[in-house]
Amino acid sequence: MSVPLPAVTPDHEAKLRSLRSLIANHKRWDILFAGVGVICLAFGMLAFVALFFQMAIDGTPRINWDFFTSFPSRRAENAGILSAWIGSTLVMFVTALAAVPLGVGAGVYLEEYAPNNWITQIIEINVTNLAGVPSIVYGLLALGLFVYQFGLGQSVLTAGLTLALLILPVVIVATREAIRAIPIAIREGAYALGATKWQTTSDHIVPYSMAGILTGVIIGLARAIGETAPIITIGALTFIAFLPPSPIGTEFPFLNFDWLMSPFTVMPIQMFNWTSRPEEAFQVNAAAAGLVLVVMTLAMNGLAIYIRYRLRKNIKW
Amino acid sequence: MASIPANSATIAMGKVDPDRLRFKFSRNIKERLIEGVLFFAALVSVLTTLGIVFILVYESIAFFRQVSLWLFLTDTMWTPLFSEPRYGILPLLTGTLVTSGVALAVAIPIGTIIAIYLSEFAPFSVREVAKPFLELLGGVPTIIYGYFALLFVTPLLQKIWPDLPGFSMLSAGLVMGVMIIPYVSSVAEDAMRAVPMAIREGSYAMGATRFQTAVRVVTPSAISGIAAAYILGISRAVGETMIVAVAAGMQPNFTFNPAEPAATITAYIVQVALGDLPHGSIGYQTIFAAGLTLFLLTLFFNVLGHWMRRRYREAY
Repeated sequence: MSVPLPAVTPDHEAKLRSLRSLIANHKRWDILFAGVGVICLAFGMLAFVALFFQMAIDGTPRINWDFFTSFPSRRAENAGILSAWIGSTLVMFVTALAAVPLGVGAGVYLEEYAPNNWITQIIEINVTNLAGVPSIVYGLLALGLFVYQFGLGQSVLTAGLTLALLILPVVIVATREAIRAIPIAIREGAYALGATKWQTTSDHIVPYSMAGILTGVIIGLARAIGETAPIITIGALTFIAFLPPSPIGTEFPFLNFDWLMSPFTVMPIQMFNWTSRPEEAFQVNAAAAGLVLVVMTLAMNGLAIYIRYRLRKNIKW
Repeated sequence: MASIPANSATIAMGKVDPDRLRFKFSRNIKERLIEGVLFFAALVSVLTTLGIVFILVYESIAFFRQVSLWLFLTDTMWTPLFSEPRYGILPLLTGTLVTSGVALAVAIPIGTIIAIYLSEFAPFSVREVAKPFLELLGGVPTIIYGYFALLFVTPLLQKIWPDLPGFSMLSAGLVMGVMIIPYVSSVAEDAMRAVPMAIREGSYAMGATRFQTAVRVVTPSAISGIAAAYILGISRAVGETMIVAVAAGMQPNFTFNPAEPAATITAYIVQVALGDLPHGSIGYQTIFAAGLTLFLLTLFFNVLGHWMRRRYREAY
């Protein structure tokens, strides 16, 4: 006693066919778009690979021990990046020393201490906006304020502080995100045992968010080490054939702070200087310096991404 | 019973050991002090902004005492270092506009497609590889991109188009576009992933395909976040310095033709900073006037972008 199926009329079949072709058509769009997506992604990656290989092919012949131990020179084949990488190291040291306590402190304050009032809101909006200020504007701030108003000159200290201000938003945001991931029960546990706010923060909150903070600091420093515009703006010299005074002295107290006020050059400035020369030999130097710089920043960023990845896998509250 | 010490009775009666009180008092002082120090750290960011605004406005006022604002905004020549100086910001603005326009013509379509692909189409494994890769692309120093634009992209374009000069806004803009792709795609993708799954499920339940769901349902739902991604991309392009300084030339040029060399606001600041201008001269003040223009431009885009981004966050 089954219900008879409606007879398949030619009209019916035509409708079915058109429906099927409609569906197939729409599915074709799916595949087409997935293809376009892969192409666009591949374009981005290809640009990156082209950039890296172009630099590697041009620069590798110049990379040898002498390149790292020679000063810049008017003769391209003798020129090296000694003053540049030492300058970069010293500037990064100042930057880290200024940006880490200030950034972590600000992040801890905003997450753990800040009352919900207009001052806090202003600070928060301000951090967001600072992250979008072009780096060259920080250079103008440093030129007007640090170099001339405070009289710090075109020194390692000025550059380090400028870059510290530049990466401050990065460190603050990373600290806040790391702290926000810590469950409230940790704080309640500490308070229940009679700990004060600072004891809770310094013994629990900050150590537990250390990996996240570290990620932010490394990303910030990787950005600072490649930053060229603000350093040019403060008027850092490009031809420096000497080193800042050594920070370790031979006499008591064995520490020497003259290097803070010394003129300097950094890797990206050295590279910019060589890039803008017409002689091809200098452009080869630029490629070599660029290769060193790109490997440095990639290593730092890669480390940060790896730490974050490990973090996501390991921590389960 | 007699073994109970006498002072335990006094504690039970509510009298507190004075030593403990003193301890707590010092503890409070330390707590307040630390809070103050942390508050100061947070205040540094506000002081930075105030410092930026102060120094830009202060030096610009000195500049505008000598040059009228009207001339600054309408004159079509920017030659502050010539013997007959002209102070019209327009050539620098067109340079900035054209390079940013070329960059966005690259970054917006490609960034959007990557965002849609990663958020709606890509299998998990592809996303796990692609996202860190894009992040690395965004972390490359801009001077490297500048080198790439001048010594790789420009010769490449000259093979296709032999008339292209050695410095051009076109090659600088194209490379800047590649640099901005990760910013646009990551913010846009975040916006699309914030769209609740139920909305997609509704669309699939109606028989829509992946492509239809992505383009007609998810994209319109995330539109303000995607717009924010574009606007933050614009802000990034306007403030970008080293690529244009290296590859677009440093001569102010009042033109809308991307195949010509021209200077942007940022490139002008670099050019002046490379020279040796005495502190307090009008040439020195011009970079602060140019910097103030740049700061206001990017501030406008940033505020607009964040405002739009917050709007989509409130939607769900």
